[in-house]
Amino acid sequence: MNFTVGGKQVFAYTAAHAIDAALPTVVFVHGAGLDHSWFGLQSRYFGYHGRNVLALDLPGHGRSDGPPLDSVGAMADWVVEVLDGAGLGKAALVGHSMGALIALECAARHPARAERIALIGVGYPMKVSQAFLEAARANEQDAYDMSTIWGHGPRVPLGRNPNPGMWMYGDNLARLARLAPGVLYTDLKACNDYAAGLESAARVKCPALFLLGRRDMMTPPGAAAALAQAIAGSRTLQIGSSGHALMAEAPDAVLDALIEFLA
Amino acid sequence: MAAPKYPALDTLALHAGQSPDPATGSRAVPIYATTSYVFRDTEHAASLFNMERAGHVYSRISNPTVAVLEERVAALEGGVGAIATASGQAALHLAVATLLDAGQHVVASNSLYGGSHNLLGYTLRRFGIETTFVSPREPRNFERAIRDNTRLVFGETLGNPGLDVLDIPAVAGIAHAAGLPLLVDSTFTTPWLMKPFELGADLLYHSATKFLGGHGVAIGGVLVDSGRFDWEKSGKFPQLTAPYDGFHGMDFEEESGTRAFLLRARREGLRDFGACMAPMTAFHILQGIETLHLRMPRHVENARKVAAFLAAHPMVESVGYPELPSHPDHALARRLLPRGAGAVFSFNMKGGRPAGRAFIEALRIFSHLANVGDAKSLVIHPASTTHYRMSDDDLRKAGITAGTVRLSIGLEDAQDLIDDLSRALAAAKKTAQ
Repeated sequence: MNFTVGGKQVFAYTAAHAIDAALPTVVFVHGAGLDHSWFGLQSRYFGYHGRNVLALDLPGHGRSDGPPLDSVGAMADWVVEVLDGAGLGKAALVGHSMGALIALECAARHPARAERIALIGVGYPMKVSQAFLEAARANEQDAYDMSTIWGHGPRVPLGRNPNPGMWMYGDNLARLARLAPGVLYTDLKACNDYAAGLESAARVKCPALFLLGRRDMMTPPGAAAALAQAIAGSRTLQIGSSGHALMAEAPDAVLDALIEFLA
Repeated sequence: MAAPKYPALDTLALHAGQSPDPATGSRAVPIYATTSYVFRDTEHAASLFNMERAGHVYSRISNPTVAVLEERVAALEGGVGAIATASGQAALHLAVATLLDAGQHVVASNSLYGGSHNLLGYTLRRFGIETTFVSPREPRNFERAIRDNTRLVFGETLGNPGLDVLDIPAVAGIAHAAGLPLLVDSTFTTPWLMKPFELGADLLYHSATKFLGGHGVAIGGVLVDSGRFDWEKSGKFPQLTAPYDGFHGMDFEEESGTRAFLLRARREGLRDFGACMAPMTAFHILQGIETLHLRMPRHVENARKVAAFLAAHPMVESVGYPELPSHPDHALARRLLPRGAGAVFSFNMKGGRPAGRAFIEALRIFSHLANVGDAKSLVIHPASTTHYRMSDDDLRKAGITAGTVRLSIGLEDAQDLIDDLSRALAAAKKTAQ
């Protein structure tokens, strides 16, 4: 579904359903360099189980107009603008990696709009190595390779994809190959520069779930501990088999955790 | 900080797509000889059918053993995924039938395996899909043949029978400028010799019967998608970018982005055409792939020695092997196939059909049959077999002479192969005299 926000086209996957303001809503926010289809199985499930689903393409990603927004705060405010554009009030926010920071910041800045937040594959501070940033700034293949290899568990290239016949590394690289130059760098810099995590976490009043991959090389589980402690009453669930790409590496475990959390 | 490193092809050939079986610890890929899979409960069943969960429902659509092969070949090629099919022909059909409707058009190289030529030139025409065949030697031929209703450009990495080398970067550039994907048949080259996606191809397939299997015991195909072609941006493929009544209104591109082609090919193509691969076949082909990186260098090394021997033999008029300077695509082969130009080639012998027959019948190591890419060396004389009913004039139009012999060079001792050919050429010479 296409919306117009600030005069620009925004795309959100809705699982082929029209928005019904009477239904509860789940907003999915992807991570750096990715798009709405990163949440393909999970967003489809909720769209067919009585929820409005908005699996967003952030500005400059997927089908949404650019340029990309350059800070987590700006992206958090933008999510609320999308909700406004869709005529929706509150929503559960599910974010992955950079998308998790966006969900966190959104819940802190706009508490009336966030019913719950599920933060998947998150850590704070989300520092990005200088080599990764520099490669992304130069739009070098190395940056896409780092994103792909560090963005999955160490056994992924030698293992089995739960999605039959698909090659996770190839899929990630193909997504990144479609990005406009500079988008990955803008995203990574936004993660690297985000400095409000603990303060924002302390302001979150809604229920929060941390969903972490025990084999995550980008945001290992320990990196989320401070955030989890700062959000009163938050729950943390670790998925033993997964790296950073939890929705692809452990799709059923992620879905089951979300079904329980969003019930 | 050094960039992280991907596993090499040799490692992927042994490991990609399979973890030791969680139920038994089996290190080898288990053969899941089952048609179907028990649902945990009705909710689980509904979720699988509606593609809300990953998993297997029915082995025509997916099977755990077949999925290992699919993921492994996708890893070797650098694709987003793959679909294994009943044969290489089924893979070509699946690609075309997923992308094209009646009234649409393919531009294809005229240097094709005969089965592919039949499918495109005759059979698909019955269903309203037309093909224009062009010589691949001049990439602009593809451009000139593209029409408004063209939806696919197609060629073989090494063409039949003359081993024309497809200039993939040039042809891909032409296809992409017209908003079209390039599909290549990569059977003769395998990912060890060439990675077509790195050169610009969008889709590829293998007759896995050949070098991927390598043992000549199983018929199969694998269709791989690079995930790089932007169907939405092209605007020519509503099959992938508009809601489809045949699959509950799904817009495949919106649903899955980079995986749109494979999603429709699996969920419609395997569901409706049904040309799936059996798990035992996938197991056989996986056994072959585990040694692909060891076999291909030997295939090429032997082919070079045999080609050099034949090129110097007085009974041989010409040898069509791109590694020889006499081949018209020699320079292109050096650029696109630095590891070698494969192990299948033809040569023209003096003495016409009688000499050809005598040659074949005198061979002891080479097996006379209609296949290529086996560990064992193979031979066929088209004028007395596959092209038996054709006149010499028609043979010439197909790029074949009465003395053309096609060889598939195996893994035997190269000198034994040369001795076998030498003996057979002597027998042919006697007939010719």
